[in-house]
Amino acid sequence: MLELANVNSGYGETQVLHGMSFTARQGRVLAILGRNGAGKSTTLKTVMGLLPTQKGSILLDGMSMATTPHAIANSGIAYVPETRDIFPSLSVRENLELTARRFSGDWTLDRVLALFPRLGERLDNGGTQLSGGEQQMLAIARALLMNPRLLILDEPTEGLAPIIVQLIHDKLQELKDAGLSMILVEQNFGFATSLADDVVVVGKGQIVWEGSANEIRADDAIQHRWLGV
Amino acid sequence: MNADVGFWILQSLNALQLSMLLFLLSIGLTVIFGLMHFVNLAHGSLYAVGAYVAAAIATGWGYWAGFFLAPVAVAATGIVLYLGLIRKMRRSGPMAQVLVTFGLIFVLLDLTRILWGDLPLAIETPALLQGRINILGIDYPAYRLFVIVLGLAIFAALAFILGRTQVGAMIRAGVDNDAMAACLGINVERLFFTVFCIGCALAGLAGAVAAPLLSVAPDMGLQILIPTLIVIVIGGLGSLKGAIAGSLIYGIVQTFGAVIAPQMASVLIYALLAAVLVIRPMGLFPTKG
Repeated sequence: MLELANVNSGYGETQVLHGMSFTARQGRVLAILGRNGAGKSTTLKTVMGLLPTQKGSILLDGMSMATTPHAIANSGIAYVPETRDIFPSLSVRENLELTARRFSGDWTLDRVLALFPRLGERLDNGGTQLSGGEQQMLAIARALLMNPRLLILDEPTEGLAPIIVQLIHDKLQELKDAGLSMILVEQNFGFATSLADDVVVVGKGQIVWEGSANEIRADDAIQHRWLGV
Repeated sequence: MNADVGFWILQSLNALQLSMLLFLLSIGLTVIFGLMHFVNLAHGSLYAVGAYVAAAIATGWGYWAGFFLAPVAVAATGIVLYLGLIRKMRRSGPMAQVLVTFGLIFVLLDLTRILWGDLPLAIETPALLQGRINILGIDYPAYRLFVIVLGLAIFAALAFILGRTQVGAMIRAGVDNDAMAACLGINVERLFFTVFCIGCALAGLAGAVAAPLLSVAPDMGLQILIPTLIVIVIGGLGSLKGAIAGSLIYGIVQTFGAVIAPQMASVLIYALLAAVLVIRPMGLFPTKG
C-alpha cells in the first residue's frame, strides 16, 4: 500500500536518507529497525511530509502521495511521533475530539475509550498532566480516531515502564488482529519483532536487510551486525 | 473623601478604556505570532489604516458606517499583504520578517500621507454616544464606556471561540505545535490565513474605535506599536489570557503611574517589562507549546 522508491531526504543541507526503498503491505505490520541515527525517524517524517523528499518517490496505492502533512493525514495515514506531541493547551477530551469530530468511521470516542479505559478517567485533565504511558495511549487513541488506513508509530515504547510496554504491545496486537496496517519504528527488538510481519533494517539512510520477522528473530548474525543485539 | 473616591473610579475607568483599546490590537498580533511564528511589526500601521478609513467613511456616511467598514477594509489590506508578502516570508526567519514588516510600516505611513495628507483628522463621536453616563457616582463619557464594553464583549467572544469550539481547539493546537496539528489533518496554512485576517480586522476595529478619542494622524500606528509589543511580551506570546492580562497591566500602570508619580510615568512600564523579562522570560501567561 505504501511504497518508498529511492528516496533521499534530510534536514536542511544534511542528507540522512540515501535511496531509501521499501514497501509496507496492506493489512500487515512492518517494523523498521536500526541503530540510533540510522534514519528510521527521518523516514517516517519524510513519509508524513514533515521533511521534503529531495529525490525519489513515495506512492500510496500506486499513486503519488500528497506532499503536505495535512493532505497526507487526510489521505488516511495517521502518525504517532516519538515525542507523542500531546497538545498541552488542550484537555485529554479536546485532544481526542480534535480528530474524532473531523473523521468518521468505525473508530469512535467510545471505542477508543474502551480500548484505553484509563483515558476515560482522565478526560478533563490537561494533556501534560498525564504520565508517559497515558500520553502514549492518548497519542495512539487520537491517531485511531482519524480512522486511518495506515498507522505509523515512532518508538511507542520509548521511556515507558515494562508493564506499560506490555499493555501497549497488547493493544497494538489487538489493532493488528483487527486488520489495521501499521509501520513501526522501534528500538525494542523483542517488542517490534513479536508484533511485525515484515522487517526492514536501516543503516546509514538505506535498507541493509529485509525479510520476515521470523527470519530476523532466527538470524543472530544479522541482529548482531546491524542492530548490535 | 467622596471626591477622592470619584477620582479613583474615573482613573480606573480610564485605565480600563486604554486597556481595551490595546487588547483589540494585541490579541491579533499575539495569536498571529503564536500560530504563525511571524513577527508583524506592521500591525500598528493596520490600526492607523483602520482609523483613516473610519474617518474618511464617517465624513460621508456617518460614524457607524466607518465603524463597520474599517475592519473589512483593513482585513482586505491584510489579505493583500498576506498573499503578496507574508505567505512568501513565512519560512524566512524572524530577522527578514522584522525588516520587511518594518519597511511596510513606512510604506503604509506614506500611503496614508498621500491619501489623507499630513494634518491630523478629527472624527465626531456618534450622536448616540455623545452624552455622559452616571456610573458609580461619576459622570463618564458614554463613548469611552462603549469602548470598555466593546473590548470586554470581544474578549468574551474570543474566549468562547478559543475555549469552547472546535475551531478554537484547532487554533490552540496549532499554536502549541503546528507540525503535529498538520499531521492530524488540520490545514494549518488555511487556519493561519483566517486568523491573520481576523487579527487585521480587529486592528482595523481598534483604529475605528480610537479615531474619535485621539486625533487621526499618520504616525499613530508607530506610536501604538511599542505599547502593543510591551503588552504581548508581558502577557506571553500567543495567548488570549496573556493579551488581556498584559493590556490591563499596561493600562493600569500607565494611567495610575501618570497620576501617582508623573515624573516616573514614562519609565514605570519599561521597568515592569524588564522585571517580567527577568522573572518570567516567557511572559505571565505563555502558551504551553
